[in-house]
Amino acid sequence: MRDLTNEILELIRRTSSSLPPDVEKKLRESIEKEEPGSPARGALETILKNIDLSREKSTPICQDTGTPIFYVHYPVGWSTIKLKGQIRSALAEATKRSFMRPNAVDAIYDKNTGNNLGGDDFPYVHFEEVEGDDLTIELMLKGGGCENVGRQYSLPDNSIGAGRDMAGVRKVVLDAVQKAQGQGCAPGILGVAIGGDRGTSYIKSKEVLFSEMGTRNTDPKLAELEERLTGEANEMGIGPMGFGGKTTVLDTKIIGLSRLPASYFVSVSYMCWAYRRRKLTVKGEEIIYD
Amino acid sequence: MKQITTPISDEVIRELKVGDAVALSGMMVTGRDAVHKWMIDTFIKKTRAPQGDDLQVYEELKKILNGSVIYHCGPVVSGLDTKDYKFVAAGPTTSIREEPYQADVLKHFNIKGVIGKGGMGAKTLKGCEETPAVYFHAIGGAASYIAQTVTKVHGVFKLDFGVPEAIWVIEVKEFPVVVTMDSHGGSQHAVVEASSRKVLEDLLAR
Repeated sequence: MRDLTNEILELIRRTSSSLPPDVEKKLRESIEKEEPGSPARGALETILKNIDLSREKSTPICQDTGTPIFYVHYPVGWSTIKLKGQIRSALAEATKRSFMRPNAVDAIYDKNTGNNLGGDDFPYVHFEEVEGDDLTIELMLKGGGCENVGRQYSLPDNSIGAGRDMAGVRKVVLDAVQKAQGQGCAPGILGVAIGGDRGTSYIKSKEVLFSEMGTRNTDPKLAELEERLTGEANEMGIGPMGFGGKTTVLDTKIIGLSRLPASYFVSVSYMCWAYRRRKLTVKGEEIIYD
Repeated sequence: MKQITTPISDEVIRELKVGDAVALSGMMVTGRDAVHKWMIDTFIKKTRAPQGDDLQVYEELKKILNGSVIYHCGPVVSGLDTKDYKFVAAGPTTSIREEPYQADVLKHFNIKGVIGKGGMGAKTLKGCEETPAVYFHAIGGAASYIAQTVTKVHGVFKLDFGVPEAIWVIEVKEFPVVVTMDSHGGSQHAVVEASSRKVLEDLLAR
């Protein structure tokens, strides 16, 4: 089995310092919607300058390099124990090289481990065995500011009149956006999971954020809700950084799950504009970075 | 854009209004969750006895913070092995977590400005009126860009809090910020919160 430590290190460098093209494109489009000279437009101008500078200098786009979330799809025959070890070594090295901030803090003793490794669950690594010969490693870095404004609702929610249907889902997602204000580093991207239990619902609301911007759910009912939520969220006028403005949400991604008859959870993961996610594919001897 | 250098006088602070774009220069310190809690517990409410170098750091901070600015930031710093520190990435962190502490910290140390993101609440706004002080909003996530305005790292206190939580003493040149809370009770965050709530109510009624 091939050792991928160096390749994973490169994946981390790229993820932290180079924003994916689909996200950058959306940000560049949104700048035209804001008034010249307004704080909202100024914020987007600084954001775009920062994107260029980070890429050029290989420095983190955001100092909060977030929770590292790895999704590994591996063909038969690879060892997940070894892959996890390589991911952890690469992450410690990336921290030493300042691609990542030391971000793992023991919650009981308040001690930062200094190398981004904290127990078995930090970083978060999800493994899945797949058909075929290609191995892929996807990495998402999700900062704490946007993580803190994520919300989970249990429907019905009488406080905002949200029932157990798509109309109720719409209401709670809009409520989450209004409560977040600019604190999740707007303009944000919404990952929404409908159904599941409390745990799976939150996990899936993040997993859905791995898909490309602008692609819609194949279920027309959910595709329509995605479009509608992005549009209505932007009507609230919260704007970049919460300064007030036209661009509050860049896109919405929804996934539908099974639920228990008794439960109806809606989980909203808010992703900041620094929507860092990258992919590495091992195709035979070849290594491809997206 | 207004050019302001620390230490800042009360007159300059009183002239600032919500919406003013400012380029900040001079000495300032970083401080976030652990620092604010430590300041309140050890020196302001005194619910915890000073330990280790606490008193020594406190005396230093009183001098540096008087008339200066506290920056809510947990930077990425290179040169940790050699102590030749350099800020690599240094954008603001979410300020609202310091809401329980900020007003008391402003008054105790005579701090003239807070840099952060996302804005703060009524208690801090009142603290800004009384001290006087203002809230400077930096651009969240613009970490490489802001790090370039940090011209020198003078030193660090409480590194045992961890790199993001330590107190970094820095010098900046033309750090770009926008005043979103002033010393006259003005808050852009309160305005946007209220207007977006009104739209939300309309949307929920549809």
